[in-house]
Amino acid sequence: MTTKNSVMVFIQQDDGKVAEVSIELIGKARELAKQLNVQVTAVLVGNRVQKVAEELIPYGVNRLFTVEHKGLAHYTPVPYTKVVTQIIKKHAPQIVLYGATTTGRDIAPRIASALRVGLTADCTDLQIGDYTSRGQTFQNVLYQIRPAFGGNIIATIVSPERKPQMATVREGVMKMDQPDASFKGEIIQESVELSPEDFPSEIIERVQQEKSVNLKGAQVIVAGGIGVGSRENFELVHQLAHAIGGTVGASRAAVDAGLVSKDHQVGQTGTTVRPRLYIACGISGSVQHRAGMDESARIIAINTDPEAPIFQIANFGIVGDLKEVIPRFIKAFRAKA
Amino acid sequence: MGLNLIVLVKQVPDTQNISGNAMKEDGTVNRAALPAIFNPEDLHALEAAFTIRDSVPGSKVHVLTMGPPSAVQVLKDSLYRGADFVALISDRRFAAADTLATSYALKCAIEKIGSYDIVLCGTQAIDGDTAQVGPQTAEKLGINQITCISQIVELDPEKRSITARRSIEGGYEKVKTGLPVLLTVNGEGFPPRPPSAIRMMTYKNATTEMSSADYDETYLTSGAELKSENTIALWDINAINADPESCGLSGSPTKVRNIDMVVLKSEGIRMIENTEEAIGDMVHELVADHTLG
Ligand SMILES: Cc1cc2nc3c(=O)[nH]c(=O)nc-3n(C[C@H](O)[C@H](O)[C@H](O)COP(=O)(O)OP(=O)(O)OC[C@H]3O[C@@H](n4cnc5c(N)ncnc54)[C@H](O)[C@@H]3O)c2cc1C
Repeated sequence: MTTKNSVMVFIQQDDGKVAEVSIELIGKARELAKQLNVQVTAVLVGNRVQKVAEELIPYGVNRLFTVEHKGLAHYTPVPYTKVVTQIIKKHAPQIVLYGATTTGRDIAPRIASALRVGLTADCTDLQIGDYTSRGQTFQNVLYQIRPAFGGNIIATIVSPERKPQMATVREGVMKMDQPDASFKGEIIQESVELSPEDFPSEIIERVQQEKSVNLKGAQVIVAGGIGVGSRENFELVHQLAHAIGGTVGASRAAVDAGLVSKDHQVGQTGTTVRPRLYIACGISGSVQHRAGMDESARIIAINTDPEAPIFQIANFGIVGDLKEVIPRFIKAFRAKA
Repeated sequence: MGLNLIVLVKQVPDTQNISGNAMKEDGTVNRAALPAIFNPEDLHALEAAFTIRDSVPGSKVHVLTMGPPSAVQVLKDSLYRGADFVALISDRRFAAADTLATSYALKCAIEKIGSYDIVLCGTQAIDGDTAQVGPQTAEKLGINQITCISQIVELDPEKRSITARRSIEGGYEKVKTGLPVLLTVNGEGFPPRPPSAIRMMTYKNATTEMSSADYDETYLTSGAELKSENTIALWDINAINADPESCGLSGSPTKVRNIDMVVLKSEGIRMIENTEEAIGDMVHELVADHTLG
C-alpha cells in the first residue's frame, strides 16, 4: 500500500515525551483510515526520537516518519512548520490531525497557510461522509465537528476541495487505545535541509508544572460550582470525593471565585472529562461546563433550583441544598460499601 | 527610532448572550441579532502596542480591522484609547472568508502600510475561538510568531530583538526572537486602558466618508492614504491589492456543512428525594452496578 492518501497524525513531543493527545489521535486516525481503507501515518519531529518512534508503532501506526535535528528538541514554529510541511507535501496524506494544545494550535495554522488548505480548530468529533454542494458530490470527506459560538452551536465543517483536510482535536475527547505489541509498522527516517535562519526563536526559560490533579484519567469526579458558596463549604466536596475515591472538579465560576484552583476546572476552557460517574454540586450546567463533561457515563446533579439546566443531562437529580445532600451521600456510602 | 506597530482587531458578536435567531439558514452568523463588541483579547493586544509605544518613543500604533461597515465602531474605540492610525478593510468580496482568506486580506493590508516591526492581535476571537488568524498572517508575511503572550520581558529596538512570555500548558516559556515578529496576546496580561474622554470628544464623529447606500458599487480609496489621523481609512480589495480569488468565499477552503443547535439530551432523569433513605437507595444501586466503589 502506498503512503499517499493516508490519515496522518502530527506527534507532539518535547524532550522525548509524547503528548497524550497524540496517542489519542492515532486511535482516531485508525478508525478513519479503516473506513477510508488507507494507512495511518505519523510525523515525529525532534532530536533523538528513535526510541519514542518505536514506542508509538504499537498504537497502530503503519508508517512513521521521523525528522531529527538538534535544533528541533523543543518546538518552535518556523523550523517545525518547514519540516512538517515538507513531509506533508512529499507523502500527500488526505487528512492530517493535530492536538489542540498550545503547540498544535501554534503550528497547524502556519502549516495550513503554507499549504493553502483548510483547517478546523478544536474539533470534538471527526467523521467520514459525503458532501454535496451546487450539484457536485464529494465522497468520503472529513466532517470536522466542533462547538462554535461560545458552545451554543455545533458546526460541521468540511474542506472537500483541497488536500489534506486538517483539524486540531481537543485533548481528552478521543479515547486512548491500548498498544498492541504485535503490531507491525515501519519507521522511516526523513531528512529536511535546515539552515541557521530557520531557527529564529530561542527558548530562554521554561517553567512547567505537572498538573496537580489528574481529572482526565479520573473514573469518578465530584465537582463543585459557585453554588457551593464558600471555601469552607467546598470542604464538603473534597470530603465526598475522598469518601468515594473520586477526584475534585469545578466550574469556572467556582475557580474564579477562588473556591478551588484552576487545575480543577472542567469545561470548554478547562479539562474535558469522561468519567464513569460525575457528581455536579451547585453547578447550573452552562453550555461551556457541559462541553467538558456531558460524555460522562452517569451524572448526578445536586441543585436547589429544580429548573437548573444541569438536570436536563443528569441521570439522577436531587433538588436540595448540597450542605444537606452531601453529608447524606457520604453517610449512605459508608453504610452500604 | 520608533517602531511601527500594527494591531489586528475584530468586532465580534457577544457570544455570551445568544438568542434564538443568531444563525442564518446557510449556517453563517446573523450578527445583527447579537450585540457587537470589541473582541476581548484584541483589547489586550492593543494595550500591548500602547505599552511598547510608551517605552519606545516615536513609535506608532496602527489598527486594522476587516469587517462590515459597522466594524468602524472598534476602530473608533481604538482611536479613543490612543491609536495613531486606523483603517477598515471592507468589501463585499471579503464576505464569508474563513481564517485562510482573512489572513490573506490582512497580510495585503499590512503590506499596504509598508514597513512594520511588530504585528499584534488577540490570541483568539470569541466568535470562532480558532486562534488561527494570527499564525496564518505571520506565515503569509513570512515572519516569526510568538503566540499566547502575556508579557514582554525585554524589547531592544536597537538590536531589534524581543523576548516575550507565552503561556503553555501548566506554565510558561520565555521566547526570544528578532523583529519583525507577530505576537498574539492572551487575556492574562496588559489590562486595557480605558478610552480617554478628550479623545472621545475628538473622534466621536470620525467616519470613513462612506454611506451604506454607495457601499455596494463605489470603492472609496480617498481614505487610503496614510495622511489623515483623525479619520478612518477605508480600504477595499483594490486598495490593498488583493487577488479576489484568494478572498472571501472563493479563497476559503473550509465550508460549513451544517449547524446544530445544542440540544440537551434528556434520556430521562430520575429524581431522588432529598432524604437519607432515597439517597441511600441510589448509592446502593450505584455500588451494585459498580459505578461506585
Ligand atoms: C468563553 C467561555 C468559556 C467558559 N469556559 C468554562 C469552562 O471551561 N467551565 C465552566 O464551568 N464554565 C465556563 N464558562 C463559564 C460558564 O458560562 C458559567 O458561567 C459557569 O459554568 C457557571 O458556573 P456555576 O454553574 O458554578 O455557576 P452558576 O451558573 O451561578 O450556578 C450555580 C448553581 O448553584 C446552585 N446552588 C446555589 N446554592 C446552592 C446550594 N446551597 N445547594 C445546591 N445548589 C445550589 C444554583 O441553583 C445554580 O444552579 C465559560 C464561559 C465563557 C464565556
